[in-house]
Amino acid sequence: MNRRRTLLGAVTLAAAAVALAFLVLPVAAIFLRVPPGKLLHQLTSPVVTDALIVSFKTSAIAQALILLFGTPLAYLVASRRFRGRALVVTLIELPLVLPPAVAGIGLLALFGRAGLLGTSIPFTQTAVVLAVAFVSSPLYTRQAIAAFEAVDPDVVAAARTLGAGPGRTFFRVVLPLARGGLAAGEALAFARGLGEFGATIMFAGSLQGLTQTLPLAIYEEFALDFDTALAMGALLVVVSAALLVILKLVLTWQPSRQTSGFLFARSS
Amino acid sequence: MATLSADFRLPLRSFELRLALEVERTVALVGPSGAGKSSVLRAIAGLARPSGRIALDDEVWLDADVCRGPDQRRVGLVFQEYALFPHLSVERNVAFGGKERVAELLERFRISHLAHARPRELSGGERQRVALARALARDPGVLLLDEPLSALDAHTKEAVRLELQELLQAFELPTLIVTHDYEDAAALAGTVGVLVEGELRQLGSPAELVSQPSDPFVASFTGANLLRGHVQLLDDGLTRVRLESGEIVYSTDTAQGEVGVIVYPWDVSIGRIHADDSALNLIRGEIASVSRVGNRVRVRIGPLTAEVTEASAERLELARGGIAIASFKATGTRLVPLAG
Repeated sequence: MNRRRTLLGAVTLAAAAVALAFLVLPVAAIFLRVPPGKLLHQLTSPVVTDALIVSFKTSAIAQALILLFGTPLAYLVASRRFRGRALVVTLIELPLVLPPAVAGIGLLALFGRAGLLGTSIPFTQTAVVLAVAFVSSPLYTRQAIAAFEAVDPDVVAAARTLGAGPGRTFFRVVLPLARGGLAAGEALAFARGLGEFGATIMFAGSLQGLTQTLPLAIYEEFALDFDTALAMGALLVVVSAALLVILKLVLTWQPSRQTSGFLFARSS
Repeated sequence: MATLSADFRLPLRSFELRLALEVERTVALVGPSGAGKSSVLRAIAGLARPSGRIALDDEVWLDADVCRGPDQRRVGLVFQEYALFPHLSVERNVAFGGKERVAELLERFRISHLAHARPRELSGGERQRVALARALARDPGVLLLDEPLSALDAHTKEAVRLELQELLQAFELPTLIVTHDYEDAAALAGTVGVLVEGELRQLGSPAELVSQPSDPFVASFTGANLLRGHVQLLDDGLTRVRLESGEIVYSTDTAQGEVGVIVYPWDVSIGRIHADDSALNLIRGEIASVSRVGNRVRVRIGPLTAEVTEASAERLELARGGIAIASFKATGTRLVPLAG
């Protein structure tokens, strides 16, 4: 009996160790294969600097758009009860589970020259922005819905009875109280957008200096110059890890206000 | 002083709230939970959309053509759980309502030393003072209090009840209080309404509701006798109270100044002859009324209502105009402080 228990414990521990090693080793390999000095040197190559500029520029614009349009959408969904609300929430979350290639083909079908709207957006930097916004917006919006729902309705009502109109109530009360959740959602969306590959390559192509983001450049470079690809990989690991740490700090700083963490928004 | 008049209907989940009410001084609505009490306050504050008319003097807040938002209604609403802004200091909570009188109100509510504290650091009583200060900083025309005493523990509750009484007198605002506790209502308000399933069953002074309940529900809900009096002295664990009607009663409860002696009708016995028992309070008087409530009989003797079985009512031949002696134990009484 005792022996069986020891065996079970050993097996569990071994399985956990394998799982953890499987998650950590590929990331570690990026840094271990090439010396750090050489990694830094590779980052100065034009392919990398171009991709870096394209990635951060398009991400910044895409995230600004997500905040600008996603926040009102999330607030409306969180504060109103209407027919079809569950459907709206599901539609908001859909890009999250959609294969990126499907997102790319969908964007082409809408914005392509022969598409529904018939525009010349495909294969421009605007296309990168749209692809990143489409794919990463659900991470922000559903988290924002949860954050707004967590704000005590009585506190909002109190602001109104104290003479604040809807605007002042939103900016002075609702937004500060939901801030932690919104920041967490935005950090996730930013990280997801930075790594966007499938939808971008279909909808925007991979033109250096125009639409070639870091993940696309890694894909192009790994056949030509593996070390440069590794350097960009390392850069993305550092940025992503930093985002994750910031996210965790934001969530632990405000434990009393935001307990929903990574939950999906409620459907009803 | 201004008058708030409200006459509206508001459909709720399982019934319709219908209310016609004039609030000049302090009115308390009592009722069981789920009776629609909070909805009354929400409707008046503009947080719910009833149909009807709500006005403060000639300033119309709601009628067929007008519907002012909550920010345009000049109400000071104090929420049951206070709804303080958790991200703002006490001072900024109060300043949210209005910046002019912040220092004065912090002083008035003895929370100046807490000016920079966050709500989560405060006790229940302190939170309530902040909520009241914030509501008054808005310079309201009407004060609305939602269960002002229910979130407090028994010890704090007594002190806060006294504070509220003083406050309501000092600010002279039309005030509507909702509570599930009849004692609180009777202590705080001159007029009490009993609200059941969205319907105002009876409106009157606390004494009227006890002595002449309009239906069995009001009778069972209000339950208690409230005898006004003045504490004369305390000795030997007993408090001696001189009632407004002149009689002396003793209570094992303690209080000072103007008090209401609360005694439940079913704790009052009725006799025809003097039962010599020093542990009993005795009130001799004329039988003012005899009314049937269910299978019980309510008998009004002087300032007191007693409830006896039909059998004993018959045995004692209780009828209007007769003389009887009501007796109740000092241990069966409670004292609540009243505003002088």
